[in-house]
Amino acid sequence: MTINSGFKVIKPGIFSLIEDAGRFGQHGIGLTTGGPLDSNAFRWANRLCGDQQRAAAIEVTVGGLVLESQVNTTIAVTGATLPLSINSQPRELWQSHPVKIGDRIELGFASSGSRGYLAVAGGFHIAPIFNSVATVPREALGGVHRDGTALQTGDLLPCSESSTQNQAAAQLRVPADQRPDYSTNSALLRVILGYQQQAFSALHKQLFFSSEYAVTKSSDRMGFRLKGAPIKPSLDGILSEGICLGAIQVPADGQPIVLLNDRQTIGGYPKLGSVLTLDMGKLAQLLPGGTLRFEAISIEQAHNLLLLDQQRFANTVLEVIELDE
Amino acid sequence: MQPLKTISIAGENSLIVYFGDTPSDTIASEVAATAAQLRANLGDRLIDLVPSYASLLVIYDPFKTDHHAMRSAIRQALANPTGTDNSQPSSLVTLPVYYSTESGPDLQSLADNASLSIEEVMAIHQQTEYRVYAIGFAPGFAYLGELDPRIAAPRLATPRQKVPRGAVAIADRQTAVYPAQSPGGWNLIGLCPERMFDPSVEPSMQVQVGDRVRFKAIDRQTFLDMGGLL
Repeated sequence: MTINSGFKVIKPGIFSLIEDAGRFGQHGIGLTTGGPLDSNAFRWANRLCGDQQRAAAIEVTVGGLVLESQVNTTIAVTGATLPLSINSQPRELWQSHPVKIGDRIELGFASSGSRGYLAVAGGFHIAPIFNSVATVPREALGGVHRDGTALQTGDLLPCSESSTQNQAAAQLRVPADQRPDYSTNSALLRVILGYQQQAFSALHKQLFFSSEYAVTKSSDRMGFRLKGAPIKPSLDGILSEGICLGAIQVPADGQPIVLLNDRQTIGGYPKLGSVLTLDMGKLAQLLPGGTLRFEAISIEQAHNLLLLDQQRFANTVLEVIELDE
Repeated sequence: MQPLKTISIAGENSLIVYFGDTPSDTIASEVAATAAQLRANLGDRLIDLVPSYASLLVIYDPFKTDHHAMRSAIRQALANPTGTDNSQPSSLVTLPVYYSTESGPDLQSLADNASLSIEEVMAIHQQTEYRVYAIGFAPGFAYLGELDPRIAAPRLATPRQKVPRGAVAIADRQTAVYPAQSPGGWNLIGLCPERMFDPSVEPSMQVQVGDRVRFKAIDRQTFLDMGGLL
């Protein structure tokens, strides 16, 4: 396995980041997790390229990424509906594709959803920082240059040649019933009540769980700011405390903010609870104006759902498409 | 009276322990000791910990344990915070500071508002042995408390676009050293030539939550000799 080549970035697109599963165990020095906003789409892309769950892939926001392959390998793109072409030939998403030296891989702009994932066999080989290559621009950490910068024209993304047998053998496809549908630009998010939930009256909780909220333009990898029925906690602020993925914080204006992968690790706004991580990808795929509803679930239900999801992923068999050459 | 400690759900794989509702030296030690105990006891069931002023967020792997088992583990750690674990005693770090109006653009106004001389502000800032109450906001940003009320000052009405790395700053009853250049609204009183956070060295931070910090004045030449930039 030699790593002297890879993919050259011809156009970086709107905002494309190298992400692995995330940076863990570093909250003590103030580092956030990073990692893919839609972890479900991310893991399928990696699964299509070999059984690699945590390998480094590219998170493409909105689209516009163009790469030139300098290696013979396999790629797959999942997530948002980004038109994929190889040498101007349209190619399916949620499916693996062989690429060879000189191929031009092009991702257009999303027609539904907003985050796509491009994985490669063996993952991109980038030196980790704090045990992860996840790019967190706000912290100036991770990515190809290890300094938090998004992909730039001319970047070389190192990856290894994948064995020719694998390439000739077959293409793999995620079964249709396992592919999420992002086209409605709406989502139902399940919530585990917690943190300062007792500071929100029964009436305000009812309002929160019965109202529709819209995603605003002030939404990024740190957090999604929502607009809708204001809910007011009985506390203005709290002593700053640790924030987990999916936490729903409510500042004084009563408009909830759901905190994502690049969230600050501590904060002082009251929180109602946290969104189930299985639903965070649905949230991250929404475009401004997308609508949301929330549903309360118990911690027992949350644990069951996590375990069932793990089983579902492990037990799903990828479809094999025989090449007709 | 011993404040009541509670354990609440934070999310699907996180519990948060509340040690009280006001920060204090005692609570900071308890938070640090509990964090060390859990780190030693939980092995790969633990994903991460976020110690803060009076709380500890415990993030666990839901595929290796569950919230019932984690509550028990936390209760055990709380019952025996200084038990026979491998926790390090909190360390004391002394940070050099070049206090001046040149390196601290808010030093004069802070002194004026407090009806003190610049020398008095410097002396008071150096008198306290601070606790690291929390780390966050940015990588390596340590919140140190509690500041002597005589030199406490509210945040600037308009935050600066650029606060330099090493800036020694005051906001309310807290003080901190900016670990990297960033926007910021704290009052700047000097510069520290040492890096609070350096991703290229191990460990990348000299302090953790619960540790103690003192400041020691240095002159301009010493600051420059230590690699400080003006």
